[in-house]
Amino acid sequence: MRSLRALLCLLALLFTLPAHAVEPSEILPDPALESRAREIGRALRCVVCQNQSIDDSSAEVARDMRRAVRERLTAGDSDGDVFAFMVARYGDYVLLKPPFKAGTLVLWLGAPLVLLVAGGALLLAARRRRAQPVTAPKPLDEEERRRLDALLKG
Amino acid sequence: MRRLLFILPLLTLALMAGFFAWSLTSGRDPASIGSVVVGREAPKLDLPALRPGDPPLTGAALRTGKPVIVNFFASWCTPCLAEHPLFTRLAEREGATIIGIAWKNKREDATAWLKKLGDPFKFAGLDLDGKTGLDWGLSGVPETYLIDGAGIVRRHYRGPITERDLNETILPFLKGAVK
Repeated sequence: MRSLRALLCLLALLFTLPAHAVEPSEILPDPALESRAREIGRALRCVVCQNQSIDDSSAEVARDMRRAVRERLTAGDSDGDVFAFMVARYGDYVLLKPPFKAGTLVLWLGAPLVLLVAGGALLLAARRRRAQPVTAPKPLDEEERRRLDALLKG
Repeated sequence: MRRLLFILPLLTLALMAGFFAWSLTSGRDPASIGSVVVGREAPKLDLPALRPGDPPLTGAALRTGKPVIVNFFASWCTPCLAEHPLFTRLAEREGATIIGIAWKNKREDATAWLKKLGDPFKFAGLDLDGKTGLDWGLSGVPETYLIDGAGIVRRHYRGPITERDLNETILPFLKGAVK
């Protein structure tokens, strides 16, 4: 009975939703706009909490940024315009997904490059091994046979 | 070829050790968010005056032909208290033009704070909802900007300014030695 209750508790945990910092008073009346605002809010980084999105952060600045996102959207801005608005003020830092450009090439291409090089090396090594003909081992010479006998007797 | 395979892990280790050593000693701060306003024209400024009787604070205050200092502060902010005497010194001894902007602060609280500690600000505005702060790329208070005579932002300090900032950059900047 007790284990059943524990199991139910565990199951209930599967259906929990993450807590958001978006306050009811901030929510736009238009659900379509609000869902766009959420989408954008999840991709913008709070500038005082390093690795939280502005939707997850209850910092003052994060709240200002959420409000600014909604104001821009209500004014008719596209999603791209809103991101540009934030980048103009806080730089690329504000984007949780870093943009693809010269300064971030290593970040974006480093891991795939390493995978390619390592995979290529492995493939090459495998092919070379297969290319080597399998030859029967050389028969033992006189000296080796004597040592083998000694070992087997020993 | 085989020897290379043995050297490779050591090489990787040396590379990583080098990077970590550099990270630890170069003074690089990965938490620093930098500032994109530096080198650009100062963002717009259009705020109600903080002190009753003053004219509203506009961009005109930034374009006096002389270098200006812009300081965002709040009466509820402890580091602001720590840096305040430095601004008083800058205003009194160096005759610096300092613009104070109270950020997310009630007018009565901010003015009472200045009355108690001394008011070094030539111009003072009130950014109650933080919208101007957002335009300036503010992350909190205190933050301080140095703006040259042409209205271009030259420095942006996040956090309180220190005696060292004063001697190393702010004073030379006011004398026109730092671009």
